[in-house]
Amino acid sequence: MANVIKLRKGLDVNLKGKASLETMQTKVEGRFALVPDDFYGMKPKVVVKEGDVVKVGDALFVDKNHPEVKFVSPVSGTVALVERGERRKVMSVRVDADGKQDAKAFSEKDPLKLLLESGLFGFFRQRPYDVVANPEDKPKAIFVSAFNSMPLAQNFEYVLQGQEKEFQAGLSLLAKIAKVHLGVCVCQKAPALTAAKDVTVTVFDGPAPAGNVGVQINHVDPINKGEVVWTLGAEEVIFIGRLVLTGKVDLSRTIAVAGSEVKAPKYAKVLVGQPLKAVLAGQTDDSKSLRIINGNPMVGIKTSKDGCLAAHATEVTVIPEGDDVYEMLGWIAPRCKEFSTSRSYFSWLRPKKTEYTLDARIKGGERHMIMSGEYDRVFPMDIYAGYLVKAIIAGDIDRQEALGIYEVAPEDFALAEFVDSSKLELQRIVREGLDILRKENA
Amino acid sequence: MNALRKYFDKIKPNFEEGGKLHAFRSLYDGFDTFAFVPNTTAGRCGTHVHDAIDSKRIMSLVVIALVPALLFGMYNVGYQNALAAGQLENATFWGMFFFGFLAVLPKLIVSYVVGLGIEFTVAQWKNEEIQEGFLVSGIIIPMIVPVNTPLWILAIAVAFSVIFAKEIFGGTGMNIFNVALITRAFLFFSYPSSMTGDDTVWVAQNSICGLGFDVPDTFSAATPLGEIAAGATALSTSFCDQVIGLIPGSIGETSVIAIALGACLLLWTGVASWKTMLSVFVGGACTGWFYNALGLSPLDACQHIVLGGFCFGAVFMATDPVTSARTEGGKWIYGFLIGFIAVTVRVLNPGYPEGMMLAILLMNLFAPLIDYCFVSRNISRRAKRATSK
Repeated sequence: MANVIKLRKGLDVNLKGKASLETMQTKVEGRFALVPDDFYGMKPKVVVKEGDVVKVGDALFVDKNHPEVKFVSPVSGTVALVERGERRKVMSVRVDADGKQDAKAFSEKDPLKLLLESGLFGFFRQRPYDVVANPEDKPKAIFVSAFNSMPLAQNFEYVLQGQEKEFQAGLSLLAKIAKVHLGVCVCQKAPALTAAKDVTVTVFDGPAPAGNVGVQINHVDPINKGEVVWTLGAEEVIFIGRLVLTGKVDLSRTIAVAGSEVKAPKYAKVLVGQPLKAVLAGQTDDSKSLRIINGNPMVGIKTSKDGCLAAHATEVTVIPEGDDVYEMLGWIAPRCKEFSTSRSYFSWLRPKKTEYTLDARIKGGERHMIMSGEYDRVFPMDIYAGYLVKAIIAGDIDRQEALGIYEVAPEDFALAEFVDSSKLELQRIVREGLDILRKENA
Repeated sequence: MNALRKYFDKIKPNFEEGGKLHAFRSLYDGFDTFAFVPNTTAGRCGTHVHDAIDSKRIMSLVVIALVPALLFGMYNVGYQNALAAGQLENATFWGMFFFGFLAVLPKLIVSYVVGLGIEFTVAQWKNEEIQEGFLVSGIIIPMIVPVNTPLWILAIAVAFSVIFAKEIFGGTGMNIFNVALITRAFLFFSYPSSMTGDDTVWVAQNSICGLGFDVPDTFSAATPLGEIAAGATALSTSFCDQVIGLIPGSIGETSVIAIALGACLLLWTGVASWKTMLSVFVGGACTGWFYNALGLSPLDACQHIVLGGFCFGAVFMATDPVTSARTEGGKWIYGFLIGFIAVTVRVLNPGYPEGMMLAILLMNLFAPLIDYCFVSRNISRRAKRATSK
């Protein structure tokens, strides 16, 4: 029987527009994009030219510091554009799909080499710093979370249906590299998860962010200074499994297309980097001011209708932007439709099932940290979140280390940012803190 | 609503960079965000949805929680005046209330005008948004001074505390000491005769606009704690009056019932920490019982809590999230020591009849130390985990 860890702290935000459990198929067409920024912490070096013909699994760019870490094309076709921004920074590499999905075959025996060659290693992230993993490190463990507890997130158990074999093959390969910990939700009953082989299964019971891999690491085997842990998304384990079973790269995902502004929220089978038009066409009301998010509303990246699916995104959500909303006397009005953890609003009176339509306004002005204990209520780790944030703001590196910055990633602060009455951009602050620390320790 | 929004949008360009009223940008911002929830949207990365709570709403809740005590304080000012003049049977409820209202209103206005004036200026100067913190301090200040405090002294004290206790530290959220208490401490030590002096400060002496009564010059009334400090062994007011609040004292501190109403709101909405509040009462009661048992104080534990500024301090000032302990464990210690020190000052120091202000200020100073101990435990636990492997 797997170890069960019960978490009390956290918060489930019930947003409107959950994806119904049916999957829409999409055609492989249009201009796909692979965005280096999705693989945070890596310096891209583009290895293709515009006009080159590529197969699925051909490298589009590599990490300048570790050229063996490749980032490969999800489609076969022609390289259409290497988009550059300020100071010639590579913004994206775009490939026009030919629809044939010719794939390169990989036959390396060594697991790590296979992952590096096929470009799947680029999906690994490491803690500390929450950046692309370094293949030279010896991780003490690999953590995979089989569920995402954030609002509107993908239901992995549904995605897994029919891919159980691939998932297990992926886990078995990972187990050859390091000890693998799989975190599953108490609500997940699929034997492929609860009885997965070659891994240590831990069951988590509690509200969001229990599905965050950082929370799971903190409870299972916390990271100490000098240690490295790799993390991988559950669906990316399936990518590995497909590679192991077929020798080919197949970066297709089943994403949730969700949010209050999606007409018929459901799942869609897409490829990494696929234009979002494929899943959003006819699904949104273009006369409204909308926010389209690559990922869920807590940790995703804002994009546009013309954007492409981000590398790690397991859902695309659409919520109202809210920049045309003016609420009068918000500091005293009852504002019954709003969701709040504070009892000064009335959302505590409404049934738990009530679904809320929240827009992208921050609903207040940024202030210094005033209230105490706000973050800790939704931060189920043995870390003083408020003190860590203050240490980062103050730039006190020793104190950041002492308070446990190596164990956290920006996403772990998502709910704290949600409830924060001082409206601080905690995820950005933590990201900057991690970047500075990484530079200092380099 | 639309008309108001249109008006704001119309005048907005004047206050922006280069506009002719740019020097009043903070003022415009203040009113705009007061009237409408700002519709700034979240950045590209990070959390895209937010809880509806913000610091404006939190501060407003505290102000609302203070209103019962303020209104009762106004009534009590009139009541004490009528009582002192021996005209209680001729005074009406509304007559007493409006007398108190007129006596307290100038203080409220001075406190807000001076304090907010400085806040607006600083916000303009530092190019920041106005911070709401002073909304609370501004209403607390008139409530914790005697009714006869001269306005000019009050103005100086407010200016001193807003500048030196808050703004030089970086504004709301960065201050070490409770701003309202610094105001009171400034008055207490700089103008002692206006604060306790000869016991003539607690009751309004002259009629205002035909309301109220003139009290003979020789009249003096001590607070119950003042009577004890002067050596009395029994109080001249009944316990019932002390709970209702019909006793001389600072304007807002007398009524336990009115303060309890505010406390309910603060605890229910979670704005104040129940841990801090409860531990102040526990600390005060234990200490009061202890001194009473030793025979050092004629007051029992219950009276120590009911009298003076104990309740007001415990509910509205010890729980100030910025200056109190921020760790959950630290809140227990912080609160308990406030209660302990407040009663100790009352009993053991004959010079100061009331110790709540000094207790909270002293513990404000020690709150970071208490937190330091709790955070250090977490740090050493992490360090131990690393070395034990």
